[in-house]
Amino acid sequence: MRARTPHPRNTYVLYLIPGALAFLAVIVVPLAMNLYYSFTSWQGVGTPTWTGLDNYRALMKDSQFWASFRHSLSMVLAMAVIPTAVGLVLAAALFDFVARHFGTRLASVLRACFYLPQVLPITVAGIVWSWILAPDNGSLNDLLKSVGLRSLQQDWLGDPKFALYSVMAVMVWVQLGFPVVIFMAGLQRIDPALQEAAELDGASWWRRFWHVTLPQLRPEIHVVMLWCTIAALKVFGAVYVLTKGGPADATNVPSYFSFATFFEKTQVGYGSAIATVMTLIILALAVVGLRFQTRAEEAQ
Amino acid sequence: MTAARRFPALALIVLGAVLMVLPLLIVLDNAVKSPADYSAHGPLSLPHGIHLDALKDFWNRVDFGRVLLNSVLISGSVAVAGVVLSVLNAYAIGIGRIRGRTWVLAFFVLANVLPQEALVYPLYYLAKQVGLYDTRLSLVIVFSVIQAAFGTYLLSSVLGAFPREIIEAARIDGAGSWQVLWRIVVPVSRPTLGVLLVFFFVWTWNEFLLPLVMLPSNDNQTVSVALGVLQGQRLMDATMTNAAGLLGALPALAFFLVFQRTLTRGIAVGAVR
Repeated sequence: MRARTPHPRNTYVLYLIPGALAFLAVIVVPLAMNLYYSFTSWQGVGTPTWTGLDNYRALMKDSQFWASFRHSLSMVLAMAVIPTAVGLVLAAALFDFVARHFGTRLASVLRACFYLPQVLPITVAGIVWSWILAPDNGSLNDLLKSVGLRSLQQDWLGDPKFALYSVMAVMVWVQLGFPVVIFMAGLQRIDPALQEAAELDGASWWRRFWHVTLPQLRPEIHVVMLWCTIAALKVFGAVYVLTKGGPADATNVPSYFSFATFFEKTQVGYGSAIATVMTLIILALAVVGLRFQTRAEEAQ
Repeated sequence: MTAARRFPALALIVLGAVLMVLPLLIVLDNAVKSPADYSAHGPLSLPHGIHLDALKDFWNRVDFGRVLLNSVLISGSVAVAGVVLSVLNAYAIGIGRIRGRTWVLAFFVLANVLPQEALVYPLYYLAKQVGLYDTRLSLVIVFSVIQAAFGTYLLSSVLGAFPREIIEAARIDGAGSWQVLWRIVVPVSRPTLGVLLVFFFVWTWNEFLLPLVMLPSNDNQTVSVALGVLQGQRLMDATMTNAAGLLGALPALAFFLVFQRTLTRGIAVGAVR
């Protein structure tokens, strides 16, 4: 055995074969097909006709497309920026305020409450919220009525002025638990002596948060921001269930836009071009984000 | 901080936590109301008596038992197949240290962040070509691979730190790499594999876009898709909507309670890597 294989290490490549074939069939080939479709005009039947860059030229002039990317930025705000900022304060508060003065049991119960929306299927979150935000007999409007604020009642998801903000609010609710849990785990590896020293020097809670906790949590903040931003750029299920991109495209996002173009308008070429642009943006972000992270880790 | 200032701060945090849970409590409240009770007292009153008709109606309408079974079958198969695939890949990368492993690993990481929108139409088309369209098997295959992208990424770094002396010792005793994998590497890495199983199961359970496209017929639908489609049709009255929300949330809550420790530990593992 040993004589035949002077470099036993090379045999390990064999273990990669099933994985390589599976990834070829499910990821690489479909991705290449999608790229090819994006240079064609195709209704999903018959043969695609090569049209070169026509789809991309049309995209550049398509106001619906630009609007969907602007909404993506709103989703980044709602799913990455706000949850990270609020999650940091919450995690620090739960970790060194609630757990210290009121017991770790209460802290972990509260953490579970914040994490709860994360475990729900997004369609359940969508069903629940579209009913709460419904114009007639929805809980939110009912609540406003019962406290005498009837004038504030809105068609939260049906009015183009409010729909995007309503979806953003739901996404903050969905996403918040993820940073809270990660940051609380991260806080456990920080040396408590740092906090104690700062406390002895008379630093207030906010000062300690700003000067001790935040810098220590930098690796976790990187990871959370990167993953949440990517998740925000991909958001689909929530939009499908809450608004179907409406009203009047007010909540359309690239993923829903490409889905509708594929399966409702059956403009496969155009849909593929949208998906390709999305893919390029996300991959670029991932590459830059991961390199940044590796470099930061090496610098430490 | 003095006690006088402590309690308002705690109250604020508790209020936040209550707001997070409140939507589900309202759903529970309204799922057990009769339609008459609901229309008389609105969504915010407590139920006047427990009324399970909406739950039963919803259960029968979507054949929820079947939908539940579909989700369990698909998510369970994906969890197992995905972990096996991840172990094989990670064994080659983390322990075998094959040449070009950094690039192979980078490929898996990028495959992991890829938006499914860029795969969905070709997968739909290919599934139709090979006769797997509208079968649960098609989803099992696709998601095993997609989840294994993350599994490979995580496991490779875990196995990269595997104590090499153990492997060397086994090799000297005459064990082949196949035996080392199943008799040593897999048993030792069991905690991580457990976390991956749970992750893959829950993630697949909650997937929406691909099941929506690949499983059009009611008989094959998963919980997520059945709920999403029904919601899209806007055919449910208020109490049935709440029943749907409650029944959709219950399995997820059950996993959450059962797996809470594993999940929290696992999230920490994922974050640090």
